Amino acid sequence: MAADIRPKRPFRWHIGVFLAPAVLVYTAIMILPLAGTLQLSLFRNIEQHQVFVGLENFRMLFGDPNWSVGFWNALRNNTWFFIIHMLVQNPIGVMLAALLSSPRLRFAAFYRTAIFVPTILSFVIVGFAWKLILSPLWGVAPHLMDLVGLKSLFTPWLGKEQYALTALSLISVWQFVGIPMMLIYAALLSIPEEVIEAAECDGITGLAQFWKIKLPLILPSIGIISILTFVGNFNAFDLIYTAQGALAGPNYSTDILGTFLYRAFFGFQLQVGDPNMGAAIATMMFLIILGGVCVYLFLVQTRLRRYQF
Amino acid sequence: MTTKLLTALLLGTSILGSAGLAHADDVTLNIESWRGDDLAIWKDKLIPAFEAKNPGIKVVFAPSAPTEYDAALGAKLAAGSAGDLITCRPFDKSLELFKKGNLADLSALPGMENFSPVAKSAWQTDDGKASFCVPMASVIHGFIYNKDAFDKLGIKVPETRDEFFAALDKIKADGTYIPMAMGTKDLWEAATMGYQNIGPNYWKGEDGRAALIKGDQKLTDKDWVAPYEELAKWKPYLGDGFEAQTYPDSQNLFTLGRAAIYPAGSWEIGLFNTQAQFKMGAFPPPVEKAGDTCYISDHTDIGMGLNAASKNADAAKTFLSWVASPDFATIYANALPGFFSLNSSPVKMEDPLAQEFVSWRGKCKSTIRSTYQILSRGTPNLENETWVESANVINGTDTPEAAAKKLQTGLDSWYHPAK
Repeated sequence: MAADIRPKRPFRWHIGVFLAPAVLVYTAIMILPLAGTLQLSLFRNIEQHQVFVGLENFRMLFGDPNWSVGFWNALRNNTWFFIIHMLVQNPIGVMLAALLSSPRLRFAAFYRTAIFVPTILSFVIVGFAWKLILSPLWGVAPHLMDLVGLKSLFTPWLGKEQYALTALSLISVWQFVGIPMMLIYAALLSIPEEVIEAAECDGITGLAQFWKIKLPLILPSIGIISILTFVGNFNAFDLIYTAQGALAGPNYSTDILGTFLYRAFFGFQLQVGDPNMGAAIATMMFLIILGGVCVYLFLVQTRLRRYQF
Repeated sequence: MTTKLLTALLLGTSILGSAGLAHADDVTLNIESWRGDDLAIWKDKLIPAFEAKNPGIKVVFAPSAPTEYDAALGAKLAAGSAGDLITCRPFDKSLELFKKGNLADLSALPGMENFSPVAKSAWQTDDGKASFCVPMASVIHGFIYNKDAFDKLGIKVPETRDEFFAALDKIKADGTYIPMAMGTKDLWEAATMGYQNIGPNYWKGEDGRAALIKGDQKLTDKDWVAPYEELAKWKPYLGDGFEAQTYPDSQNLFTLGRAAIYPAGSWEIGLFNTQAQFKMGAFPPPVEKAGDTCYISDHTDIGMGLNAASKNADAAKTFLSWVASPDFATIYANALPGFFSLNSSPVKMEDPLAQEFVSWRGKCKSTIRSTYQILSRGTPNLENETWVESANVINGTDTPEAAAKKLQTGLDSWYHPAK
């Protein structure tokens, strides 16, 4: 009865008004360019005109060995780049966070800042500084290794096909290890004292406490970090470009999707840029990242157990 | 660099501002260029020299930043506001402007006869019938060496390949100097200072280059693989860790006196003169036997053309004829040692190192880099692939034959010369 006479709720226009700025800005700077890229990849420049060619550019990207060899090489390198980050950056980040959150550690704030600082440096500085550090001519690396008698282990890593990509991945790890550290650190701090105390009452302390109590509680954060690493790595470009140049030498061994896209889209030296093929590669990158994120969202995240305190 | 550019831009605007003050009956010509670095030379030397001889024509040099030049010029040409005279990039970029009708045909310009066909090749249609820019300068490849080091070790300047490698062996055995300053990190050093430097002696300069474009020769032929075989032999003479040695590293190694021989382009002369504390000399790429014809890479780099829409075409042609004259060549080449005039009449230069480089033109035959004309229009790009493969050959990643085969396969995939 009462429901019948209640006046119809007015249209809640304020929701639209409050959403509008974000929707407009996001559409203008994200959705439209993305749609533009997808559209560009379906066209080809023939005699100075953009002609619709359907999936022809993708057929060329995968069917023509001049393109497909480069693409698969870049994808393979990119995957290795990601694996190194997952195996080195994230475990070290978790470890550092665990150490930092230990109440007995002195100067924790100093370490936290020092480890985080490289993250805010420009890629150009990082690339250039590491190029100098590892330089066989003037670098400090050969001298330092000489001091501890390991000179024989030094090689010009950035110039060797078999080491260059791993070396660059580790440089990137050095730069970004602060991010997982900070996120995990925050997650560890948010674990309530009662849980820890209860564990201690049950006799779980030290390392066992970390594995059995803390780690399960920070797993959702580790999941988030993994997905951030995935997206960041498959969009990477800057470090390779500043350290190795657009041709990602030696012999394309450090070529990742970002540099491959750059050469195709903008051209390089005498090579004229081909925006349509570039857009096709960008579309593939988008699909790869989208696929990875979906796998995470639907398969991994739904199975992560969440604890409410 | 930024301050320099800023100064150049400010100067440029100040000239533009004062241009309005010229007499009403004077014709004012505007030059479009990317060479902001040359502004002082144009303003203080070249333009006054021209204006003194041609009263009634005023010239204004208005450069834009190198990275913006092509885009800015294209926009100005489309809008009809571009200058009367246009500084030409070599090969396809200028050819495209000519095909679009932005550059006028200059084949009949008085003064064009002062240039050899090689000099003109960078600004001609593919069939060589029409020329559209006056060649201004080129860069020559060769080897710069540390004279003090050579004197100390008692090495005489090598003329043949055997002498060249004997000299390298001697320097290596002595151990004071790194025999050769070159790295493969930046890739282009290996291709430009390596392959394109020594290559012309093997493929006989223009003959080989023309045959390659025509399709009569292939990159897998003996003449094109042989330079790679020589490059592969360079490896033991390069410094420790050359795989990660960059181009500035190589320059520093040489100018600090730690290396004896530097595979060079003549554009290094200006920098090396100010940085090196020792005497330097230069020699052209060694030939096989003493007395063989030598070939050098004398690569066309910069030219000047006429805006087809210019309202002052006659005055602009007078200026271009002057650019084609020995007068211009003398001033230009002396102001920028290492950028050589392409004029056939010999130019007197003060710089001894520059003199040495340019003297090779008298005894050797000139050619340009093999990959620049026509052959780098497709995908994969031959020039870029040559960078990668040249570095691979020196690093030992690829054999000379494998490298040549990769390049030819790439070229075959899009280049089909009409037989």
